[in-house]
Amino acid sequence: MTYTLNRRSLLRASGAAALVGGLSMPSILRAQGQTVKIGVLEPLTGNLAYNGTQCAAGAKFAADAINAAGGIKSMGGAQIELVVVDAQSRPEIAASAVDTLAEAGVCAFTGASASALGLASSQAAAKYDLAQVFSIGTAETIVERGLPNVFRFTPGVNKCTSVALENLKLLNAAAGSPVKTAAIVHEDGPFGSNMAKIMAEKLPEQGIEVVETISHPTPHRDFNNIALRVKASGANILIPSNYLNEYTLMARALRQQRAELMAIYSILGGAASNIKFVRENNDVAQYVMDCNHWYDPNKPESQALAASVAEAGLDLTYDVMVSYATIQVIADALERGASTDRKAMIEALAASTFDGSIMPYGPTKFVNGDNVNSQPVNTQIRGDKIELVFPKEYATAEPVFPVPREG
Amino acid sequence: MSSLILPAILSGLTMGAIYALIALGLTLIYGVLHIINFAHGSLLMLALYAAYFLFLYGGVDPYLAIPILLPVFFCLGYVLQRWLIAPMSGGSEQNVLLVTLALALIIDNLALYFWTSNTRSVDIPYAYNTVEFLGAYLPLGRVIAFFAALAAAPLLWLFMARTRTGSAIRAVAIEKRGAEIVGIDVNHTYAICFGIGTACVSLAACLLLPTFYVTPQVGYTFVLVAFTTVVLGGMGSLPGALIAGLLLGVIESLCGLFLGESLGQIGIFIAFILILLFKPSGLLGRRAS
Repeated sequence: MTYTLNRRSLLRASGAAALVGGLSMPSILRAQGQTVKIGVLEPLTGNLAYNGTQCAAGAKFAADAINAAGGIKSMGGAQIELVVVDAQSRPEIAASAVDTLAEAGVCAFTGASASALGLASSQAAAKYDLAQVFSIGTAETIVERGLPNVFRFTPGVNKCTSVALENLKLLNAAAGSPVKTAAIVHEDGPFGSNMAKIMAEKLPEQGIEVVETISHPTPHRDFNNIALRVKASGANILIPSNYLNEYTLMARALRQQRAELMAIYSILGGAASNIKFVRENNDVAQYVMDCNHWYDPNKPESQALAASVAEAGLDLTYDVMVSYATIQVIADALERGASTDRKAMIEALAASTFDGSIMPYGPTKFVNGDNVNSQPVNTQIRGDKIELVFPKEYATAEPVFPVPREG
Repeated sequence: MSSLILPAILSGLTMGAIYALIALGLTLIYGVLHIINFAHGSLLMLALYAAYFLFLYGGVDPYLAIPILLPVFFCLGYVLQRWLIAPMSGGSEQNVLLVTLALALIIDNLALYFWTSNTRSVDIPYAYNTVEFLGAYLPLGRVIAFFAALAAAPLLWLFMARTRTGSAIRAVAIEKRGAEIVGIDVNHTYAICFGIGTACVSLAACLLLPTFYVTPQVGYTFVLVAFTTVVLGGMGSLPGALIAGLLLGVIESLCGLFLGESLGQIGIFIAFILILLFKPSGLLGRRAS
């Protein structure tokens, strides 16, 4: 982890050193006992509970790692104390939970697993001048409202889609352009519908015709008809945008209906980058590709996180990774600003050039609250692992595209 | 699209069988006890977890878990009705609604606390096996559920029609005071009925698990359509629940095919409204006297 040293932090550090040197031992003890509160607003119950719980776990791993490494050094080794609140998977609860965080005295908070929750919480947080560093929030509306307290560290839907399309183009070209047609299956909420719309517009520009677009509600009980329609469309590849449970049922139905596809290429796929899906549906999961949030597996901090997650008996999902990273970003802002003042936190985050997170991003640069140096990566399920296959500098395996024919 | 109609109908029938299986217990509990059991979905979730954990820790195939879970869930249902729902409701139907609602909330939140919100599913060797019929590939698990529903509804009907316990249950349903006078233990009979309804849920869970997933919220995915099935089939009618379940499965499947999956459920509720308008007692329900 690296921290930028500027004039302000140098003066503060000098001041702190003078105090420490000039005053007595109890001052040191007070400084060592100091804590800074960071909020974690996630859906711990309700439909999004799995993602929220994973995010909360990621935040805890990050706080533990930072505290173990000496805490916030510019604040005398202040320890991070997380204040975790439940958004209950409901936007109105997410908004009211911000009051709880503000009363608890947090200097900033991370959250909230879904765009709808984050939109509500960040709006409510604006009146407290309380910064929200989004763990996951792909809807572009999040950064289009001009709220100064919004900091989206991870990429939004537009960037994810454009990178996914670019990578698909490269993969297809490298394989001799065998993919000519695509089917899109998406959940009918804003996330899936927006994605489907963008894909339907952009795929023809790559010479890929969209031959079938199917939306479905969440939850959805039966994917047989959808699999039948995908099969009947004769699509070469399937591009799904839906959540874990529906993705699992869809993948099973595709196998049962013997849909022959050159690839399943997901964008922000609910299951395609989820080790649980790999473990419980290993057969159908093979070679599924996804463009999603993922950490840089080569960084020592990433490897330490993977070990901690395994030790805790949890699944290493991207929720854990991005939440871990957002706490790193907040900790860096605290380190540079050396203050828990909310406005100072917003200023410190807005000026962030942090490049020590576990994500494969360049130095943080927030433009209108959007981190322009974030990027999604392509993963692919291989055996019992999720390998990073794109971009090459972070890759742990070569991509397999199209998938090998069975038998 | 026309080539998809027959597979869609067959797929709808197999899905409808699941709806029927879940609705069987619900209609039995309503028909006799006049309890609209809001905890039905939560009990389904509980049974799914039971089957899942038997598979995970005991290696018991979900189908082989049926003889284990049927008596367990019968006892659970019996205990719930005899020593929780009946004493707490004090005979008031409004209170029963609140008690079952409270029960649902407690079960759901305990599941969330102990088992977390993780989605779980079983990885069984025959998970992707299909049965080819008239050119359609039907998932094996759903075909088994279809035939199980076809067998369960008549068996349950026979039990109600031909056994002394069944006769006692029917007597209590028709005339509680009269049944009491002729020496039927009404509280015991009520508890047996709730137990049978809960056992039916465990049967549905064992047949559902090979093709579905388990989360603390999974009950809600099925409970609304199960209530619709009960009303459509005629409250308290076992054959009605079977026919209504199959019908709703086909309607949902065809509407999904022609109107889009997002609008598939519209068909269910249009059929529901039409039945309520033209035959309010349901397909095979008794007209209220």
